[in-house]
Amino acid sequence: MTRALTLIRRRLVGSIFVLLIVVVGTFLLLEAAPGDAVDAYIVSTGGDAGMIELLRHRWGLDQSELTRLANYLWALLHLDLGQSVTFSRPIRDVILERLPNTLLLMVSATALSFGLGSALGIYAGARPGSFRDRFLSIGSLALYAVPGFWLGLVLIIVFAVDLRWLPIGGIETLASDKTGLDRAADIAVHLALPVSALGFIYLALYLRMMRAGMAEVWRQDFVLAARAKGLSRRRIVLAHVARNALLPLVTMLGLQSAQMLGGSVVIESVFSVPGLGRLAQEAVASRDTPLLLGIILTSAVLVIVINLLVDIAYAFLDPRVGASEAGA
Amino acid sequence: MSGFTISRRTMLAGSAMLLASTAMPAPGWAQTPKRGGRLVLAADSEPRNLNPAIVASNGVFFISSKIVETLAEASFDGKDGLAPRLALSWEGAADGLSVTFKLRDGVKWHDGKPFTSADVAFSALQIWKPLQNLGRTVFKDLASVDTPDDLTAVFKFAKPTPFQLIRNALPALSSVVPKHIYEVGKIEDNPANNAPIGTGPFKFGEYKAGQYYRLTKNADYWGKDEPYLDEIIYQVLPDRTSAASALEAEEIQLAAFSAVPLADLDRISKVPGLKVISKGYEGLTYQLVVEINHRRKELADVKVRQAIAHAIDKDFVVKTVFLGYAATATGPVPKNDPQFYTADVPTYAFDVAKANALLDEAGYVRGADDNRFSLKLLPAPYFNETKQFGDYLRQALAAIGIDAQLVNNDSAAHIKAVYTDHAFDLAVGPPVFRGDPAISTTILVQSGIPDGVPFSNQGGYKNDALDALIAKASETLDTSARTDLYKEFQKEVATDLPLINVAEWSFISVARDTVGNIANNPRWAVSNWADTYLES
Repeated sequence: MTRALTLIRRRLVGSIFVLLIVVVGTFLLLEAAPGDAVDAYIVSTGGDAGMIELLRHRWGLDQSELTRLANYLWALLHLDLGQSVTFSRPIRDVILERLPNTLLLMVSATALSFGLGSALGIYAGARPGSFRDRFLSIGSLALYAVPGFWLGLVLIIVFAVDLRWLPIGGIETLASDKTGLDRAADIAVHLALPVSALGFIYLALYLRMMRAGMAEVWRQDFVLAARAKGLSRRRIVLAHVARNALLPLVTMLGLQSAQMLGGSVVIESVFSVPGLGRLAQEAVASRDTPLLLGIILTSAVLVIVINLLVDIAYAFLDPRVGASEAGA
Repeated sequence: MSGFTISRRTMLAGSAMLLASTAMPAPGWAQTPKRGGRLVLAADSEPRNLNPAIVASNGVFFISSKIVETLAEASFDGKDGLAPRLALSWEGAADGLSVTFKLRDGVKWHDGKPFTSADVAFSALQIWKPLQNLGRTVFKDLASVDTPDDLTAVFKFAKPTPFQLIRNALPALSSVVPKHIYEVGKIEDNPANNAPIGTGPFKFGEYKAGQYYRLTKNADYWGKDEPYLDEIIYQVLPDRTSAASALEAEEIQLAAFSAVPLADLDRISKVPGLKVISKGYEGLTYQLVVEINHRRKELADVKVRQAIAHAIDKDFVVKTVFLGYAATATGPVPKNDPQFYTADVPTYAFDVAKANALLDEAGYVRGADDNRFSLKLLPAPYFNETKQFGDYLRQALAAIGIDAQLVNNDSAAHIKAVYTDHAFDLAVGPPVFRGDPAISTTILVQSGIPDGVPFSNQGGYKNDALDALIAKASETLDTSARTDLYKEFQKEVATDLPLINVAEWSFISVARDTVGNIANNPRWAVSNWADTYLES
């Protein structure tokens, strides 16, 4: 247990610097983008010079960049994410409303790509070079090569428009007042397509990695020993080869979480899922700097936590890692 | 029929019958509206401030015009193109110093309190004049509003103000909000801005960010037997392709404001049970305009501007960019405007040879690379069509030896580049004609506008004769004299070309056959939908 605690402590100290860099970097990037929140707002309203000045003042945009950054960091120190100019609501509330949807989408898609990907990888890797191995490798690569939005649109046309088996988008039936299990089932039905679209793209990655890992482990001495012991092929594959080949996939899981967040921007738009990715896109378009900073910060924390969990898992799965970390 | 051209394509789309029938509501069309039902429609943006008295924009009206009503609404057959809403009549004094509104009796706010002239006075003086994006201009000389009784409101102006302008401004600028809700605290921070309280046929239900807005029936609505619908749900569909899919999958029944892209209309019109409607937007005409930076010495020469006008094939633009759902433009007032439009202006036929000759005459000869000079061209990103026209214009200019470099920005960056930084030579913009040139049209060519004001003359153009004309029209009270001045204004703009008007277009609705009473006024999508109903 102490091993895990040491790890957590080290990571937390490191994370604070990472977060600071993320916040300041994002702020400066957004400042460099031409146009501010008022410019984005008056696109749909127009307005005279007096109104524009009034808006800039109300939204604090008449202050210098440094003042705004300092104010933001000071508020952040008090765990206050500030007020969104476009929503005129606390940013914490806006983000918390969307976060569960994105998490649900990400976790389900990861489970799909990791679970199905590694299972198929084992299946393919158990007989390297066989027809099923080649078929699965090529098939998954084809999916990996397909752009996410295109896959999403095709799924919509086939399953929602033509067959009408599944809804075309959203997170749940609109204004339906469903509760409990009914609502959970409703959400599951709505997420089926977006989760598939997001999950299938990354499936290839896990499949290929698992397969390659297995091919490598096959050549190890302990596999020879297992065979000499007279174990069944099935047992060798599952208990010895696959288990050892699984380790790098866990690392990938952590790295992939950041990619998934990026991919969800597109998928959330295509399927009208009210999640963080879409919110980020809107925040950029409306130049809502504090909102975007809040989203990036949340995402960064999410990625850091996931990677921390992965490392902890790793420490338990492979005792060598924990020992070297704690000893270093 | 209005002057809006209906293309062959629309006719082919099989909606000709429908266009004809919606053009003439009431007699002969004995469909009895059904009660009840939930209308689900597509929303592509999510306005947060839903107070139309502060934000007079189509995005806000689309939702809040069902909740908060104006004094009058646009109408196909009403006197002066208006139909009464909260006001029953309006009368302007001969001296232009006052306008008297008689208000509707027995109207209640959604919270049960009675609607009175005090609400109108409050909205006008505390919101339209100081806070509203358009009202700040139109009501700038409003000095006070007298309320001799609960049903009479008399607007008093400090300077003579044309009654015609006030009348034309009523549909978009006169949303009345309740005084008793807004008199406490700062108006901009009032929670009712996000959950409006009005007198309209529908009450604000709820807003789930990223998902939907729900409006529910107002059982105490003043309109007899209205509204017919129980509920309206605006489903947020941010992706350009999803509205068409949602219509086909029967998840929504209506997509207004061209939520279905023009390129998809041909296909969708063949889907059984769906209809494509190009009416109901006559009062919301957008103009495709080439904005010109007159600070560039080449563009300050009227011959060069004429050459550019001759280089643009307007018919081709209407056919190709707008797939026929538009009309060619002759000047700064759209052809479908019933009051001000005149065709008696100089026109610039598509003539590449003439354009080349004009440029030679102006002294800009082709260089070694076959180009005369090069320019920065910034198409506004708000509509697909403005971007596509940017691509077309680049080619059209290449044909006359002008090398245009396209600069593509997102909305906020475009607004800043063109209207604040003036970092453009040519820009493609979609200004809106709002029923009177004084609301948002003369500002496009008038001089002396501070930097940073969007959709205004930021091209450094100055024409004293035109400025004088605009100033004179703004204080001319007689309707026909004022109209004549604006005709002269169109002539002057078309002659000197401070900007080039290319086409005029509006939006398209796609609906299920079951939706009734669609497009029965010129601002239908942003009107109150009290008579909209669902069969079955």
